[in-house]
Amino acid sequence: MSWYQPKDIGFAVRGHLDAMGFAARLFGRLLATPGYALRRNVLVRDQIHFLGNYSLPIITVAGLFVGFVFGLQGYYVLKRYGSAESLGLMVCLSLLRELGPVVSALLFAGRAGTSLTAEIGLMKAGEQISVMEMMAVDPIQRVLAPRFWAGVITMPLLAAMFSATGVIGGWVVGVLMIGVDGGAFWSQIQGGVDVWQDLGNGVVKSLVFGVAVTFIALLQGYNAQATPEGVAKATTRTVVMASLTVLGLDFILTAMMFTI
Amino acid sequence: MHMVLMTPAWQRGLPFNYDSAAGIFPASFFMAPNFSESLVEMSHLSFGYGERLILDDISLAIPRGKVTALMGASGGGKTTVLRLIGGQIKAQTGQMLFDGQDITPMNQAELYAARRRMGMLFQFGALFADLNVFENVAFPLREHSDLPEALIRDVVLMKLNAVGLRGARSLMPSDLSGGMARRVALARAVALDPELVMYDEPFAGLDPISLGTAARLIRELNDAMGLTSIFVSHDLEQTFAIADQVIILANGKVATQGTPDEVRHSTDPLVYQYVNALPDGPVHFHYPGPTVEQDFGLELTA
Repeated sequence: MSWYQPKDIGFAVRGHLDAMGFAARLFGRLLATPGYALRRNVLVRDQIHFLGNYSLPIITVAGLFVGFVFGLQGYYVLKRYGSAESLGLMVCLSLLRELGPVVSALLFAGRAGTSLTAEIGLMKAGEQISVMEMMAVDPIQRVLAPRFWAGVITMPLLAAMFSATGVIGGWVVGVLMIGVDGGAFWSQIQGGVDVWQDLGNGVVKSLVFGVAVTFIALLQGYNAQATPEGVAKATTRTVVMASLTVLGLDFILTAMMFTI
Repeated sequence: MHMVLMTPAWQRGLPFNYDSAAGIFPASFFMAPNFSESLVEMSHLSFGYGERLILDDISLAIPRGKVTALMGASGGGKTTVLRLIGGQIKAQTGQMLFDGQDITPMNQAELYAARRRMGMLFQFGALFADLNVFENVAFPLREHSDLPEALIRDVVLMKLNAVGLRGARSLMPSDLSGGMARRVALARAVALDPELVMYDEPFAGLDPISLGTAARLIRELNDAMGLTSIFVSHDLEQTFAIADQVIILANGKVATQGTPDEVRHSTDPLVYQYVNALPDGPVHFHYPGPTVEQDFGLELTA
């Protein structure tokens, strides 16, 4: 109907700047809470249980199937070059470096991130955040911080579980079903995987993804409109934003870690 | 029974451990009482969103130790007054005094210190959904004190007893009726023995029995614990029955302020409309907009 006017653009830009500033301040405040998280470590422990244990089935089952597929596909390709016994190394490196951190972060965003967003959004809708403020309890410390640190701690553990079950999946398909030599499978892994270069970088990646996914989930929940539709929208935004952020960050991290 | 348990230990002459009490009671509890007439005072306060003024140069006083009712048409700024007192929103101009201190310029630490002396009951209770009744009431004690578990248990059960829900301690909030949830929230709001308790529409959506219970509790807790209470309500009968002072807000101003009797017999047209529940009067039935003639084109034919 009516044309956009310069003031609308200004309004939109200011709105985005405001949202970015809010997110940055919230991130800063969360990073300043490890002392509180240590003092109230019971709260963090409960959240690790909640986020970690409940994500474990999806992570291990997904890891197992990714390992199956990798064992199969890797075998066909490697057989062409007569190096089928490198199957273990290929499965292990691709899981440790890339698939373990990335896929488990994507699954974590879908399983734990959405539940975090919905939980906090519903707390907001039910005035539980306001009531906490009125009790002189800082909700950022009491509600967000334990969940944030629990997510950061849980993510590398889940990625490790994913990679471990993935390697077992590759072994089941490659060694047990196709008949690749078991000794070669494991000795190639032992000889070819570097603790710092491969395992260490994978852990660093999953730590970064843990920070990113958990923070996005908490931010969306805390910013959600206090209505059922608002919470539903925020949950969707969590999955979309967290997944894209993980994939984007993965490229940047890989470029920094493996090309120098 | 209720009265005995709700009476503070020092009034019952029981031994009282001041060291452990320091955690639960605000510092002012041990100081000589400030005998100034009102606990909460607003002077020439204005608040609005954008260009719409909710409260326009308003001045009112909440007397210490009394039950004050805030009434007025929906959207008249009653809840806004409570949120201003709690410092959740800040006045644009004017002063918002709580026990002589201005809330508006406070930083977070000062504000949190002031809020520890207040309790607030939200409209639907706002209980923590993941904690049971006991833990909900224990929440402020655990957050603000290092009391031993046995003492927390006693305090929580005392507060729950005061609202008649000692037996419901292990229920989850989802198992409670609306009235029960609000009573648990009330026990939680007074867990730290505040000086001021604010109730946001405590009667909304309650059946007649729960409504009567809620009203009686507000009055009894106020007198037994020496509180100052403010509640927002639309229920004329219950409000006039329990309130010491009634303030009616309309169009961003205080329409009247006085005892229930004075308000009931007020000749002010606004107050008359409200107390007698008339659909049209100084508070208009129609939302401001174009006139009927403009909207239906009646001017052209006339």
